[in-house]
Amino acid sequence: MISSNTRKYTVVSLLVNGVSHDVMIRSADTLLYTLREQLGLTGAKYACGNGDCGACTVLVNGKPMHSCLTLAIESINDEITTIESMKHSDIRSAFVANWAIQCGYCTPGFILNCHALVNEHPDADDEIIEEWLKSNLCRCTGYQEIKDAVKSVLEANKLKAKENSNLAQ
Amino acid sequence: MISFDFEYFKPESIDEAIKTFSSEWKLGKKVVYFSGGTEIITFSRGGKLTVDTVIDLKGIPECKVLEIQGDRLIIGAAVTLNQLIESNLFPLLSETTRRIADHTSRNKITIGGNLMSQLGYREGLLPLLVADAVVTVANQTKIEEIPIEKFSGSELKEGAFLTQIKVPVSNLKLPSKSIKRTRTSKVGYPIVSLAALVHEGKIRVAFSGINSLPFRSTVIESILNDKKMSDQQRIDKAITKLPSTITDDLLASKGFRQYTFGKMLIELNSVLEEKL
Ligand SMILES: Cc1cc2nc3c(=O)[nH]c(=O)nc-3n(C[C@H](O)[C@H](O)[C@H](O)COP(=O)(O)OP(=O)(O)OC[C@H]3O[C@@H](n4cnc5c(N)ncnc54)[C@H](O)[C@@H]3O)c2cc1C
Ligand code: FES
Ligand code: FES
Repeated sequence: MISSNTRKYTVVSLLVNGVSHDVMIRSADTLLYTLREQLGLTGAKYACGNGDCGACTVLVNGKPMHSCLTLAIESINDEITTIESMKHSDIRSAFVANWAIQCGYCTPGFILNCHALVNEHPDADDEIIEEWLKSNLCRCTGYQEIKDAVKSVLEANKLKAKENSNLAQ
Repeated sequence: MISFDFEYFKPESIDEAIKTFSSEWKLGKKVVYFSGGTEIITFSRGGKLTVDTVIDLKGIPECKVLEIQGDRLIIGAAVTLNQLIESNLFPLLSETTRRIADHTSRNKITIGGNLMSQLGYREGLLPLLVADAVVTVANQTKIEEIPIEKFSGSELKEGAFLTQIKVPVSNLKLPSKSIKRTRTSKVGYPIVSLAALVHEGKIRVAFSGINSLPFRSTVIESILNDKKMSDQQRIDKAITKLPSTITDDLLASKGFRQYTFGKMLIELNSVLEEKL
């Protein structure tokens, strides 16, 4: 059956960080605008608004997505993950440990993209890491520290997997 | 933020989409089909586009198909570029689309949106032009198949939309190569982009970036396949057969586009020779 949303403000439900939230949206509102202005989740940043910089990256069903290029109404049946739920993630800790952060404006977007990368490609090589990281721009760091953070999580995950398989034997 | 309001519809069938377009259009509204929506959102935000109604095609099963059926690969118009790349069912299409935008954007950009883009680069068209693809277009009265060369460059009738792309299985795994030159970084719009394959011993090649729309030229192909000439003679002659309307803009001058075209043909020649 066809679903629709009028041009006026309507209340819809969004599943963000595992919690269902009622938000009041116009069909023309981007997901980025709704997260920031309706839910106060200001971790996703507005920068280019054009898909060029990655500062607004969130995960939609586990995949990195520019929330500036997504309408909130498109996301009503999706699982949205923002930086606010990543406090205890390995990748966030790795960013801190590797000094992969300076002013921090780009960091939420990078962390979510890198989190999806290590989940989707546990054996990611340099080519895949480079390809994924090209989606995010940083004006402060030299990117090397960010790559080091990704690689440290990949290594740690491989070690954990090996230990688990040893225990299972 | 988009400064105007629009109504949003998400139909679950081709018929619902066509009927919704028609009823909204009859009310005098400006209606657009919405696939990945990245171009519609950026154009709307930037003041290049205003619409009253958007019809999201991602709820239509036919537009989400990606599989081989009989002797054809069927690609739904709302399949994302990353889904195409990850499936790798048509390696030349994967290689070409992997150079469109960045990885995160490709989770949203769809092949149908790329083929219908107002920007004109439409790099996803190139592999389809050399592989005898056909597209399926739904309109008020019927669903019809159109050969890709007739579809490219022509506007669809008001209310019609692209539902699927079909590629003969026999053309999916031929020796092929995609080459793209941008101004600076790896991610960017093409100065020149090409996709080529070898079909029954002959090179087929299509280009984007040179002109306002992608094209495949049988004249250029017959020069490239003329073994009586040396490599350099073929390339020099091919340059003379480029359309006179080569783009001359901030991305690259007309002369630099011609020069880049020649360089890319040299590279193409050596890569395809190696593959053969
Ligand atoms: C960061 C970035 C980088 C880019 N780089 C490149 C590049 O290197 N090369 C390149 O070729 N392109 C590039 N693009 C352009 C991109 O391919 C186009 O803007 C494309 O239109 C986006 O696809 P979409 O699915 O989001 O389209 P949408 O925004 O959904 O639609 C675009 C247009 O197509 C129409 N449309 C969509 N689907 C259909 C359909 N099934 N039937 C009829 N009409 C339809 C819409 O009405 C609209 O007019 C880039 C875009 C971004 C955001
Ligand atoms: S703000 Fe979304 S990509 Fe820059
Ligand atoms: S740390 Fe400042 S922009 Fe990346």
